[in-house]
Amino acid sequence: MFPAEFDYTAPATIDEAIRLLQQRDDAKILAGGHSLLPAMKLRLMTPAMLVDIGKIPELRGIEIDGSLRLGAMTTYRMVLDSQAACSRLPILVDSISKIGDKQVRNMGTVGGSLAHADPAADLTAVMLALDARLTARGPNGERTIAIDDFFVDMLMTALDPAELLTRIEIPLPQGRAGTAYAKFAHPASGYAVVGVAALLSLATDGTVQDCRIGVTGAGPKAQRARAAEDALRGQQPTADRLADAAQQAADGLDILGDIFASADYRANLVRVYTRRALEQAAARAG
Amino acid sequence: MEITVTVNGKTSTHNVPPRMLLVHYLREVLGLTGTHVGCDTSQCGACVVLKDGISVKSCTVLAVQCDGANIVTVEGLAVNGNLHPVQEGFWEEHGLQCGFCTPGVMMAAYQILQDNPNPSEEEIRAGLEGSLCRCTGYHNIVRAVKYAAEKMKAAPAGQTPTAVAAGSGEAVP
Repeated sequence: MFPAEFDYTAPATIDEAIRLLQQRDDAKILAGGHSLLPAMKLRLMTPAMLVDIGKIPELRGIEIDGSLRLGAMTTYRMVLDSQAACSRLPILVDSISKIGDKQVRNMGTVGGSLAHADPAADLTAVMLALDARLTARGPNGERTIAIDDFFVDMLMTALDPAELLTRIEIPLPQGRAGTAYAKFAHPASGYAVVGVAALLSLATDGTVQDCRIGVTGAGPKAQRARAAEDALRGQQPTADRLADAAQQAADGLDILGDIFASADYRANLVRVYTRRALEQAAARAG
Repeated sequence: MEITVTVNGKTSTHNVPPRMLLVHYLREVLGLTGTHVGCDTSQCGACVVLKDGISVKSCTVLAVQCDGANIVTVEGLAVNGNLHPVQEGFWEEHGLQCGFCTPGVMMAAYQILQDNPNPSEEEIRAGLEGSLCRCTGYHNIVRAVKYAAEKMKAAPAGQTPTAVAAGSGEAVP
């Protein structure tokens, strides 16, 4: 299968990429290509131009001190190879090690996944739970986008057409905190039928100080399970309290059904996988 | 678009359309038909090759993305006509039946052993998650990789294929 014809360019700098995107409103950015190229081969997408950002060195790399900063073109493999990142945020191992397969993780990128905003992607929910801050550069310079404002709709983000996602910054949880991701993977594709990412941080008295829950797969875009988060704040993270909160995880969410899983079934999966993610996060919070 | 690619140690320059996939470049432009097109949807792993030392599915990479890259295909595994330990393992342990998936599985196996020279059976199976074989049920494939691991431990100097060595500037033993 061949994609439809397109022009191709591989700029060496971010600014050159932005200039190209400004010149051509029919262009699309090529990152790792493991969502875009399959879609182009099926002619689901037919961009007239690809701007390959794979040859811009400054977009790749991992820095970690008070926060974890990932260049947008950092591959899944690079994240899994980073002991420092994986030990501080085991949720990255939970989620990324289950994306595609080894070869897909060798090519697929963190920024590519977020900018593509597939409704069943894993990292969308993970970044919601981790309260990531995204940096984008466009013709008018750089801006920061809170992850809560980033996902707009199915395959739609807050990025402008000539803007490039350059960096993902994740605050490292301080003190007693735990993260976890649990997913019900589609048995054929491996994509999340439902995936739930959870961050729990505990106060000195052991009660839940903060809780963020990201849900993917259930609806048109990744969403926060705010009702469950609110139910947990101030509570002791006992098995009963976590299960009670998880019962509210689907409340207020936009949930879709398809031939594989009805909306009701997906809502149930959201509750079950929220409980599992919360239990794991609580265990890791220690 | 003009690209210069090193494949199995040999560098050449060709003019290719941007939409040409790496697997078609290898098979149709270079005539290296060892790399197979299986599912053509990045599921099956029959088309796995190494790009700059990392295993990729060549049906989901554009040839133009490989401008300046070092590619190794199954044809590049053998050193001076001697089978690479991974190939020898598939021969000795009968790690194939129809053989269609084999070139891709071998390249995936090569990467498994680069990442972890002493993998457990579980780690081999996990490492082969991106490769589908419809004949063997994987048991003999896993044995073949295990065989290669033992062989490479015994004679580590012989493990670098000509092509990888040429690309990385290492001397070929």
